[in-house]
Amino acid sequence: MLFSIAAILAPLYPVDPNAISVTDRLVKPCLQHIFGTDDMGRDYFARCLYGGRTSLLIGFLAMVLSTLIGTVVGSVSGFFGGAVDVILMRIVDALMSLPTFLIMIVMNAYLDAGVKNVILIISFLSWMSIARIVRGETLSVKEREYVVYSRVSGEKRLRIILKHVIPNIMPTVIVSAVINVAQAILMESALSFFGLGIVPPTSSWGSMLNSSQGYLTTAPYLAIFPGLLILLTVISFNYVGEVLRKVFEPK
Amino acid sequence: MSGNLIEVEDLTVQFRRKSSKLISLKAEHFSAVDHVTFSIKKGETYGLVGESGSGKSTIGKAILRFHNPSGGKILYDGDNITHLHEKALLPYRRKMQSVFQDPYASLDPSMTVSEIISEPMEIHQLYTKKERKERAAELIETVGLSKVDLLKYPHEFSGGQRQRISIARALSIQPEFVLCDEPISALDVSLQAQIVNMLEELQDQLGLTYLFISHQLQIAQKICDHIGVMYLGQILEEGSSEAIYGNPQHPYTQMLLSSMLEPDPDVHSLDQIVIDSGVQSYSGKGCKFASRCPYATERCLNEMPEYYTTGEEHRVACFHVLDN
Repeated sequence: MLFSIAAILAPLYPVDPNAISVTDRLVKPCLQHIFGTDDMGRDYFARCLYGGRTSLLIGFLAMVLSTLIGTVVGSVSGFFGGAVDVILMRIVDALMSLPTFLIMIVMNAYLDAGVKNVILIISFLSWMSIARIVRGETLSVKEREYVVYSRVSGEKRLRIILKHVIPNIMPTVIVSAVINVAQAILMESALSFFGLGIVPPTSSWGSMLNSSQGYLTTAPYLAIFPGLLILLTVISFNYVGEVLRKVFEPK
Repeated sequence: MSGNLIEVEDLTVQFRRKSSKLISLKAEHFSAVDHVTFSIKKGETYGLVGESGSGKSTIGKAILRFHNPSGGKILYDGDNITHLHEKALLPYRRKMQSVFQDPYASLDPSMTVSEIISEPMEIHQLYTKKERKERAAELIETVGLSKVDLLKYPHEFSGGQRQRISIARALSIQPEFVLCDEPISALDVSLQAQIVNMLEELQDQLGLTYLFISHQLQIAQKICDHIGVMYLGQILEEGSSEAIYGNPQHPYTQMLLSSMLEPDPDVHSLDQIVIDSGVQSYSGKGCKFASRCPYATERCLNEMPEYYTTGEEHRVACFHVLDN
């Protein structure tokens, strides 16, 4: 939560993250630059804040998109069953068995690097697990008598999904969505680390890690700060997911 | 023919059996309901009794067209609804409602009571929003709850109260026919009586027709006008309540009745002579009950008995009825 707030409030921090200062290159963390400066003399704290914005934005949007696709596919597949189910689930199986990273790299070769495309790629590659979970939940919900009742009262199937199925699987969906944020952030970092994701001058934690490679011996803090931030963010999202799961469980 | 609201003729419902083989080219089927014929008169309560797995609920759900029949006919008020598609079925769905067994699963936990009761009215687009609210308030009082309860969620109610909500929901669109699928078997005894009395009162007031499914014979005896005794998908004996209870002809009916009436261990009840009780198996030919029947003969094992009429509106599928 703290990370999100910090990232949203980043523009309030008075230092321009892209301002280059030749004299202040590679300054070690001090009072003026609490995270130091990077190879081009940019304030590293500001860059971390803005990088966090990008990383979290990608994490959230990729989560929203993948959850949306996953929920639609999963609930339709589970509810209608039969041939629809078989076809959709085989598609999921096929996509799941592809080596994710290879696909990311190949897709990147065809698409321009940039926040939008990174979000699309990550969502495209991460909706399957949600679809699986949603399908399983739908299978159990659709046997309940209130769904049977709705059917025999003449309700349309799609409306039953919207009215009865989705509200009742929401807890599970939310939990897996939160955990998905963490995964999306990791994927983005990995992509950017290989220089395939976010391009300069925009920063993200992953791309900052990437550019710090050359200075590991002279200025290790350049790698440590974004690395730590990724670690902490991922841990906290996983933790939030875990807490939510426990909150929803007793029902 | 007139006077019958629901007629079921030769109804068969089959389900696919999951094959034990990894790859099977031919789907195996088994019949949950096997050539069942009966009819329900307007304003009457017809009871289906039998042990679990005898196909009672499947018949109920087939009449509501939740399960598609594999054979036979279902007539509603003289109209054949057996194969109508969803759209053509809608006007009939408006007249048929249901109350299910499990009070915990039959109400959507994410909806308020008011929304639950209004659901059927919404589906059939009856009344305006305001009228629906008023009707929900009216109905909740009809079933003995208060208006305050409308904004609560189902988990705030006990089993009996939830069943009342289910009934209110079923009544909201003024149906002619209500399927009561074991509406009280999940409740404790004092509540059972309350709900049964309420169902009977509502029947008198609103002229409802019930199909009452139960495995509790005491209750069926109290509320039903006619009763069909089911075993493995077939009706073995059918007749008026008095005939079934006063003069049971089929060994299975006798067994069920004896198991219900004698709490005294010193009294020898009929089920003690039933061989292999508890196992429901069927070899594929002959009387379905033969493997458990104490009177079974060679003929019972090889030949399916016809229905023998033993009295007014009383018929039995058993060879031994003739011998007596």
